[in-house]
Amino acid sequence: MSETTMNLTLRVWRQKNAQSAGTFVEYEAKNISVDMSFLEMLDVVNEELTARGEDPIAFDHDCREGICGMCSLTINGKAHGPLEATTTCQLHMRSFKNGDAITVEPWRAKPFPVIKDLVTDRSAFDRIIQVGGFVSVSTGGAPDGNALPIPKTDADAAMDAAQCIGCGACVAACKNASAMLFVAAKVGHLGLLPQGQTERDRRVLHMVAQMDEEGFGNCTNIGSCSAVCPKEIGQDFISRLNRDFLKASLRAK
Amino acid sequence: MTLESNVPSGPLAHKWSKYKQEQKLVNPANKRKFEVLIVGSGLAGASAAATLAELGYNVKCFCFQDSPRRAHSIAAQGGINAAKNYRNDGDSIYRLFYDTIKGGDFRAREGNVHRLAEVSVNIIDQCVAQGVPFAREYGGLLDNRSFGGAQVSRTFYARGQTGQQLLLGAYQALSRQIGLGTVKMYPRTEMLDLVLINGEAKGIVVRDLITGAISSHGGDAVVLATGGYGNVFYLSTNAQGCNVTATYRAYKKGAYFANPCYTQIHPTCIPVSGDHQSKLTLMSESLRNDGRVWVPKTAGDTRLPQDIPEGDRDYYLERKYPSYGNLAPRDIASRAAKEACDNGLGVGPGGRGVYLDFSDAIKRLGEDKIRERYGNLFEMYERITGENAYQRPMRIYPAVHYTMGGLWVDYNLMSNIPGLFVLGEANFSDHGANRLGASALMQGLADGYFVLPYTIANHFASTKQHKPSTDAAEFKEAEQEVEARIKKLLSINGKRTVNDFHRELGKLVWDKCGMARNDAGLKEALARIPALREEFWENVNVLGDAEALNPALERAGRVADFMEFAELLCLDALHRKESCGGHFREEYQTEDGEAQRNDEEFSYVAAWGYSGVGNAPVLNKEPLVYEEVHMTQRSYK
Amino acid sequence: MKTLKLIFLSSLGRKYVMAISGALLFLFVIGHMLGNLQIFLGKDFLNAYAHFLKATPELLWPARIGLLVLAILHIVTAVQLAIENRRARPLAYDGTKIYAASFAAQAILFSGLVVLAFIVYHLLHFTFGKIQPEALTYTVMYKGEPIHDVYKMMVMGFSNPWISAIYLICMGLLCLHLSHGVSSLFQSLGWKTNAYRNAIDKFAKISALIIFLGNCAIPVAILLGLVK
Repeated sequence: MSETTMNLTLRVWRQKNAQSAGTFVEYEAKNISVDMSFLEMLDVVNEELTARGEDPIAFDHDCREGICGMCSLTINGKAHGPLEATTTCQLHMRSFKNGDAITVEPWRAKPFPVIKDLVTDRSAFDRIIQVGGFVSVSTGGAPDGNALPIPKTDADAAMDAAQCIGCGACVAACKNASAMLFVAAKVGHLGLLPQGQTERDRRVLHMVAQMDEEGFGNCTNIGSCSAVCPKEIGQDFISRLNRDFLKASLRAK
Repeated sequence: MTLESNVPSGPLAHKWSKYKQEQKLVNPANKRKFEVLIVGSGLAGASAAATLAELGYNVKCFCFQDSPRRAHSIAAQGGINAAKNYRNDGDSIYRLFYDTIKGGDFRAREGNVHRLAEVSVNIIDQCVAQGVPFAREYGGLLDNRSFGGAQVSRTFYARGQTGQQLLLGAYQALSRQIGLGTVKMYPRTEMLDLVLINGEAKGIVVRDLITGAISSHGGDAVVLATGGYGNVFYLSTNAQGCNVTATYRAYKKGAYFANPCYTQIHPTCIPVSGDHQSKLTLMSESLRNDGRVWVPKTAGDTRLPQDIPEGDRDYYLERKYPSYGNLAPRDIASRAAKEACDNGLGVGPGGRGVYLDFSDAIKRLGEDKIRERYGNLFEMYERITGENAYQRPMRIYPAVHYTMGGLWVDYNLMSNIPGLFVLGEANFSDHGANRLGASALMQGLADGYFVLPYTIANHFASTKQHKPSTDAAEFKEAEQEVEARIKKLLSINGKRTVNDFHRELGKLVWDKCGMARNDAGLKEALARIPALREEFWENVNVLGDAEALNPALERAGRVADFMEFAELLCLDALHRKESCGGHFREEYQTEDGEAQRNDEEFSYVAAWGYSGVGNAPVLNKEPLVYEEVHMTQRSYK
Repeated sequence: MKTLKLIFLSSLGRKYVMAISGALLFLFVIGHMLGNLQIFLGKDFLNAYAHFLKATPELLWPARIGLLVLAILHIVTAVQLAIENRRARPLAYDGTKIYAASFAAQAILFSGLVVLAFIVYHLLHFTFGKIQPEALTYTVMYKGEPIHDVYKMMVMGFSNPWISAIYLICMGLLCLHLSHGVSSLFQSLGWKTNAYRNAIDKFAKISALIIFLGNCAIPVAILLGLVK
């Protein structure tokens, strides 16, 4: 056993499809290099499973550079694993040590049903955006980009929120499976910019209504969401969402 | 056969206006009678879907990811070019046009590129209106940065996540239309075949990746915005799912594949760390604005980079290209790195890396300023390598990043198959043999927001035939073919995994048809690829069911297509006996090692037509006619 | 009407209900504590204060009804939200670790339920006289007429170490409840911006601690014989 490789025991959630019940299955991962990403480690396990004729573990992933938001594993009880501000695909095995036992689970929330193994359906997020997470401008006829000066601090704050990659770790980590941070990020991003003002009330009312309809839990201001967020979107945006919704509710006719 | 580009006549600067003045329109009441099938939901696909739906067309949009927001456009970091001239530094539409033509090594179509430069300004306006949080100055106006291959600052950016923000802008516009019911979105759905009726593109066959159900969708036009084929190299900066399947299926149905050998190698990627590597990670080229590239002057220098004195370092880009220095175009910077490593000067594991050093910039501007500009990239670098680049230079190495080649399209962005439109990276049109930094985002959005909506109307106004029934024999036949292929993949039960085959193919193509190519190597590849493909169909091991989520099966289908496509790629590279842009043939170089074009013989687009697996494809040529620019030897010295 | 619907039916609206009812109950707890601390000013002060409250029904009853309504709103909404939260995750993770959550935040429902039980006990004890029936019978002369001797009732009540222990434990849980609840209410109403985040958290912890110390001072002083 050299210091650049390790052997691990994985406990992975296996579930055939949405209808069937799942269970944990143990696998040995041998000769894992410290330079591998967590997903590359799973690739290795899958190659071995395939060679043995066993169904490989299904997990979502795509860009493997921390921006598409597709990867989504709860690793030893923490969404995206032990590192701060890191997606699973950017988590490298040097964060683990030889002999570790690692439990791998899908995001668990009623609005994110498991499709297979570690793959979940996060289309609830899309539906939340579809009811109001946009500025209603059709293509063409936009004024010059510099016609509307925006203070740098506002643009920067909007960018802080706009960085959300829609991975769903906030929901996965929240003890209530609440989607507040996701909704707050979009409401905050557009609400901080002048372009987003005309639809500000409408947006927050619609998005919160859809969030509720999807069956997410309610925020209890704990902060687990921000703590696991790969883009470190802060609690401030949730406060802002609360404020916006309150104002919009009072003005609602 | 000579292909007709359908570029309007008249002075270059007026071609697009002229086109718009003369084009035919579809009246609003008739628009909803037309159904458009859009495959892909990246910048090009999402912007096209949103815009066409806003105009009143019925749109169906398909993507293999679980949400349109995850398309790989999201990973673009550096920025988007636009000829706004907000800096007052001499930029203009003409200059952006010229830079793009020159950057593409005079292998792009003038008319398309000028149109791209023209609409670039509208893209910024549109994105700002959507709420894209571009970087701003304290005065509140938009900030710009400079980028490789340009001497003006025309790149708009949103931290190091410009692609993400532009894609989310397009995604939000698309989501609005989905919410309004004008776009029907099909996520986790992969296109597996194109359906032609009477020679026109009228539908697609798709697989629902969750249930495995195969179904057909008919429409009045099919739009492919399915990105590039960089994953033919196995290791690339593309996302794992990026594939050639949609465009290759269209090719097999008769669409011409143009210039596949024009592949771009990006100079600033994180070097390979081992055999387990599943992808390469790019760091924005904008790093080259402040980082200096160097290698030790002597081979085998094992000192830590910080211990190597100035005198023992070779800042080779600054030395060879004094006027552009570290901002030399991508192909040139990439080859220079390869050359340094081939000469044994490379650093890091395996000697495949060069230093990108920020210590001067940190001295000049302070660590905070560098953190503000590139903080996320430095963090990304540290996460992957475990090294802190504020304290020691980054190690970088080139990696496959973008493919300029793609399906052939005319000025209308329509392929040689009527009704089949191709947008963004999937087409070949605007970047010639090499793409400039921050131009991919520009092209994707230009095609989707501002070009296709005009040209598709022109097409619809001149065709009468409407959406076919999916009961037509052509659909049933295509469905059966798709099902048979899936069945075959699952029935082989061989010994090697899909990844194993893909890795072998990728290594072969990278070695023989990567950063530098030569006659012997390409011929060797062309001999080995068919054998590997044969083995694949006899010895691949794909487990699981067709009627369920089966990532290995999805991957197998894509790799099967790469197995055929790789041959086309190498064939094109072999046939183009010149060096230009991303296509570098070792036999054709100047004395000091620069790419040597052969304008006499190769100033054309090579558009290949399919003629059966293993058969030589048919070469069709579109001559490149330069009315405005004078072709010169590209020089960045 | 729409506003009311939004407030009482949406997830966020019910957080406002929690926050505002919680804020008012918090203010009541402070007032209640200040009233009781008059025990340290002497027997006459406390009894006069208690008599004033009893003799002013136009103040007492609206306050009692108001408190009841607030408590019901706070409790019913909390239970509703908690049930929904459980439903939002039908299958728990293996080993339930709640990441980055303070103990007070995790225990908010438990501490709330204990405080509820305590309120019932407290009312039975000092308002309805069901724990120590003799407590309501003590009288003292005030301005020439007999009034209830609250001072004696308290001294007698807290002289029982078991009863004092219950009070002390429950005050601890109230303190825990408030240390998260008070800062949480600012967040729920959207007033907890980054500029005030730390200050609000400190305010919540300090005020919870003051309430704990203030309220505990009484039974402790009685047990120690400092108040007789």
